[in-house]
Amino acid sequence: MKRLLIAVPYFWLLALFLVPFLIVFKISLSDVALARPPYFPQWQFEEGWSALTDYLRALDFENFWFLSTDDLYWKAYLSSLRIAVVATFFTLLVGFPIAYGMARAPLEWRPTLMMLVILPFWTSFLIRVYAWIGILSGEGYLNQFLMWLGVIQDPLIILNTNVAVYIGIVYTYLPFMILPIYSALEKLDESLLEAAEDLGCSRFTAFWLVTFPLSKQGIIAGCFLVFIPTIGEFVIPSLLGGSSTLMIGKVLWEEFFNNRDWPVASAVAVVLLLILIIPIILFQRNEQKNREAEG
Amino acid sequence: MMGAGLFLSVIFSGDVMASVAANQVFAPWNDPKETPLIEFRGVTKRFGDFTAIDDLSINIYEKEFFALLGPSGCGKTTMMRMLAGFETPTEGEIILAGQDIAPVPPNKRAVNMMFQSYALFPHLSIEDNIAFGLKREGMPKNDIADRVAEMLRLTRLEKFARRKPHQISGGQKQRVALARSLAKAPKLLLLDEPLGALDKKLRQDTQFELMDIQEKTGTTFVIVTHDQEEAMTVASRVAVMDHGKLMQVATPDRLYENPENVYVADFIGDVNLIEGTARKTGEGSYEINWCERTPPLKSTSDTVLSSGQGCTIAIRPEKVSISSEKPEEADNAVQGKIIDIAYLGNLSTYHVKLANGQMVKAQTANTRRISRRSFTWDDDVWLSWTATAGVLLKG
Repeated sequence: MKRLLIAVPYFWLLALFLVPFLIVFKISLSDVALARPPYFPQWQFEEGWSALTDYLRALDFENFWFLSTDDLYWKAYLSSLRIAVVATFFTLLVGFPIAYGMARAPLEWRPTLMMLVILPFWTSFLIRVYAWIGILSGEGYLNQFLMWLGVIQDPLIILNTNVAVYIGIVYTYLPFMILPIYSALEKLDESLLEAAEDLGCSRFTAFWLVTFPLSKQGIIAGCFLVFIPTIGEFVIPSLLGGSSTLMIGKVLWEEFFNNRDWPVASAVAVVLLLILIIPIILFQRNEQKNREAEG
Repeated sequence: MMGAGLFLSVIFSGDVMASVAANQVFAPWNDPKETPLIEFRGVTKRFGDFTAIDDLSINIYEKEFFALLGPSGCGKTTMMRMLAGFETPTEGEIILAGQDIAPVPPNKRAVNMMFQSYALFPHLSIEDNIAFGLKREGMPKNDIADRVAEMLRLTRLEKFARRKPHQISGGQKQRVALARSLAKAPKLLLLDEPLGALDKKLRQDTQFELMDIQEKTGTTFVIVTHDQEEAMTVASRVAVMDHGKLMQVATPDRLYENPENVYVADFIGDVNLIEGTARKTGEGSYEINWCERTPPLKSTSDTVLSSGQGCTIAIRPEKVSISSEKPEEADNAVQGKIIDIAYLGNLSTYHVKLANGQMVKAQTANTRRISRRSFTWDDDVWLSWTATAGVLLKG
């Protein structure tokens, strides 16, 4: 019975992660073909074992080689990394004060504040990103408002630039940053700050020497939770970004649907996954350390 | 057990007084030339409608081990937090070493506090916890290392210097908290229920350790506690508080032997309270009518009462004798029936019901084996005490 229970999550992982990954990996080793599905070779069960060797012989790493020769892909990966790093930094900059304010709020307010942070998830992600187009566009609410105030004479061009992408990412992933930091700050014993002050710290040094190190695990967790999905982000750069916004998610989409080159698109996806494994392992290690410190 | 413990601690502090008396008694509060280290002058603290401290004045002297004792919510913690700088008085002023400390923030006061929860920094090792305050002072590195080593030695924590707080026991955490708060050599150390989280045995050992460390460092200690035994054991003087007011400030033995009011008599130790009306019979001697058809009780008192004034006699159970025959020479003798016997090992407390229903407790040392005890349940016995045994209180 116990083994069966343990088997359930493993089966889940196998069926929904490993098998699809192997299929994608196999496609990345294939060649593009004018067929349906658009790649070659195809494995035919009825042709028996003899066909298997021919089939395997047809697979190669040509597509990965192609990725390394065309600098579009390198640039896309690097640009994605850069955008993810910068966006994670801004999310932290916005998220930390919010989490801090929540953890310091009166106890009876906290559930409401928490609710307000989670509330956006109840609306479709796509609709919320579309809503930003309405705010940021040339005739959007933001420009109308600033012109009404008299701050600017001509509308700012924000939409279809990287700034809009950053705004979209910070907005979308903010809860993933706030929640782990909040949970770390909420556990912080108020008397630790009083003790720090009592021992000669100003409010600011007390924050820097006590609050910050004790919320570090939450900050690290929040940064990974924002950074990891941001690298592969597709919807936000394609809706809010411009033609100059280069992100690997967009490249992937174009390879699949515009070029109909499934093998190259699959190779892009496999490399993206390999890149993401590093931060995922680091994140897991941070979580493990967290649990050990508490235990 | 409480009665027994108190009894011992009173004997103990009496001992200390006697041994110190040979040289010079430590009693700066009796010396009008001595200037106090801390003065509370008419301090009131209100939180909204609630008055936590009500027009309180108190002097605490250098090198004192001063205890603030009272039930929870009596304002003792508020007083301590005002000394540390986490609260400011609504009215009145607090003088520390001749300076009004109201405008001084907590990080600029020569006062350190040992927190009830210890408040050790979980991300720092024991030695870094102790060095924390010294580093903020900008002390040179070598001096910090020396001072930390000294503190570790004082609190016998050398072996644990590199551990983190979650890797040591509760008693060790308590010592780290003490070492950290003493490291900066403050003029005044505040201890908020320092032993509250320890078990009884460890608490008793630690009490003596605290007294030892206080004596070695010569620091003025102010301790907040709700445990009267703890306050009586460690403190040179105890302030008993209730509802934000001082009920009495005195040495432990005076609190026990000469309570100034019914609240203190009742709060400290075990006591019999007999209410009646006073009649003056001579200089400082009174007869108290407490029950019809029984002779009045005789008592001497320093408190001046007028005839017919309501009063209460407070008598400690150990000062009441119990006998089967009516004692001839006793100033006061009443008859009753034993309802209950509390056997404490070294002592027995007899709960005796008098004819009018009043319960009186009498305590005797168990000098004989229990099988040879003279009295048992439902025995008719006589209780007697001298005229000087009780304390006569107004109201």
